[in-house]
Amino acid sequence: MIEAKRLQIVVCIKQVPDAKSVRFDKETGTLVRESAAAVINPYDLHALEAGFGLREKLGGEITVISMGPPQAMDALREAVSMGADNAVLLSDRAFAGADTLATTRVLAAAINRLPGFDLVLCGKLTVDGDTAQVGPGLACRLNIPSITCVNHIDLEKEAMLLTRTYDDGQDVVKVKLPVLLTVNKSLNTPRLPSFKGKMRAKSLQIPVWGCAELGLEPAETGLAGSPTRVIKTEVVSFEAKKEMLTGTVQEQVNALLERLKAHGMA
Amino acid sequence: MTQKNTGIWVWCETHENAMTSVSRELLSEASRLALKRGTVTCALIFGSDIALLAKEAVSFGADRVYLVDHPALSSFNDDIFTAILTDLARQYRPEIILAGATDRGLAFIPRVATSLETGLTANCIGLDIREEDGVLLQTRPAWEGNLMATIVCAEQKPQMATVRPGVLKVSEPDHLRQGEVISVECNQEWLTTNIEIISSSRSINTGSSNLAEAEAVVCIGRGIGSGKNLEMAKEVAALLHAEIGATRPITDEGLLDKALQIGQTGVNITPRLYIGFGVSGAMPHVIGIKNAEVIVAVNKDPKAPIFEMSTYGLVADVNEVLPAMLKALKGEG
Repeated sequence: MIEAKRLQIVVCIKQVPDAKSVRFDKETGTLVRESAAAVINPYDLHALEAGFGLREKLGGEITVISMGPPQAMDALREAVSMGADNAVLLSDRAFAGADTLATTRVLAAAINRLPGFDLVLCGKLTVDGDTAQVGPGLACRLNIPSITCVNHIDLEKEAMLLTRTYDDGQDVVKVKLPVLLTVNKSLNTPRLPSFKGKMRAKSLQIPVWGCAELGLEPAETGLAGSPTRVIKTEVVSFEAKKEMLTGTVQEQVNALLERLKAHGMA
Repeated sequence: MTQKNTGIWVWCETHENAMTSVSRELLSEASRLALKRGTVTCALIFGSDIALLAKEAVSFGADRVYLVDHPALSSFNDDIFTAILTDLARQYRPEIILAGATDRGLAFIPRVATSLETGLTANCIGLDIREEDGVLLQTRPAWEGNLMATIVCAEQKPQMATVRPGVLKVSEPDHLRQGEVISVECNQEWLTTNIEIISSSRSINTGSSNLAEAEAVVCIGRGIGSGKNLEMAKEVAALLHAEIGATRPITDEGLLDKALQIGQTGVNITPRLYIGFGVSGAMPHVIGIKNAEVIVAVNKDPKAPIFEMSTYGLVADVNEVLPAMLKALKGEG
């Protein structure tokens, strides 16, 4: 029964480069990460907020977890300053270069090490990977159902009544706990960190779990545990033999229509 | 020695007992890849009252169709669809599984891939077979389209990918093509689920607006300004026999229908002529217009990125350009 117990909620977050400050290197065809400030993946803020809302209604505890390099600790502290109760950083040199399959292995091992869980919340996707695969993949490893693209949550006596919005329509879905949800931005408006929360975030001991704590072999994680490989990246650029039209607006318009006519287009 | 994985599978999404357009795109592409790889194309169709779709799947390139036809499959259920595809893949061992990168595909295909402990590439826009070893080359945009990455899953089988709708070319259906249809009995275990679909509403438009096929497109961007300008732009479009499209900010605000959104998260277009009014040229949008033959940009900001890829650029205020264009087009008409 949802009502009868305090929910144990796990929220998965990822630290991502701030999209506004990302640069691309045309020579190497890669993203210049150093140029980018790091933030919590925007969708994950909505997953956190969904957790806070449910905790307010039902009581419970929110544990936020993140796999990443040591600096991902900042993202966890920010989540605590917003209101998360506990946090765990999943960090190990071996985790670097993980694809979504290897990532879900680490996240699942961490969640299974927690005292218990009723609900796992994730953002619909991360803005850097843009795969939307980790949420459902993680649900599979935890052996629980997943519902994606959730933009409304209602609570019933023994289940959650969810609205999910798809590219071509909308479903209302009833699901028993435990379940994993991935949330849309339209679900809620994330809160800002509170002063009290910031103080708490400063002093909270946040454990770091690596392969040893999670009982994983390094070969199951990171690049070694990932079946997919990126064999090539290119910076996209579209070149055009461009002509900027000049003169007054009417002259520009006339010049354009002349050219379109020459193309047989007007 | 374990049995070798063979065949290219396509999960065919359906809507009201009809195949969605991305399913036809995937079958067309899969049969091109299968030819190169020397293997067969298989369509997987799950639904209720869908037997008639087998013929259509064959006409678009399927050599074999696995049909799972059961009333419980009339609406999409993440658990059930995961169980069916996972079990069939374990049983028949395909080499490749493709699905549309639609919200339904993205909801359950990652669960299938995880169950099979294999790799999955999301939102591909190009697929090919590597000559030397038959590995599937999967190309996808990254970082909102600023990077293009090619990804392989060389060691694990099946190789799995979701592909963006509206990108791959649909073949002409061949109604004389023959294929094998296998009706798979729905296993009761597959139907065990904690998910109950209470209601399901689908918008009428299934992505088949004229935009994708249009010869000319007038696109409305954030810089369009007033509603009066929008009306004028529609008039210009009518005079040029062009379809109207929009960038994401415009459909997000509800000024134009979501089905008219052009770009990575909407329709990819290949018109002869594209005219953008007040379009800045953000990467997710320009990915969808890059195949236009002639690109015209009207924007008062000379630094707008769209000018970089435009055939003709007008650094001017749409408030002035639209009336001037209308006048000129009507005067000549």
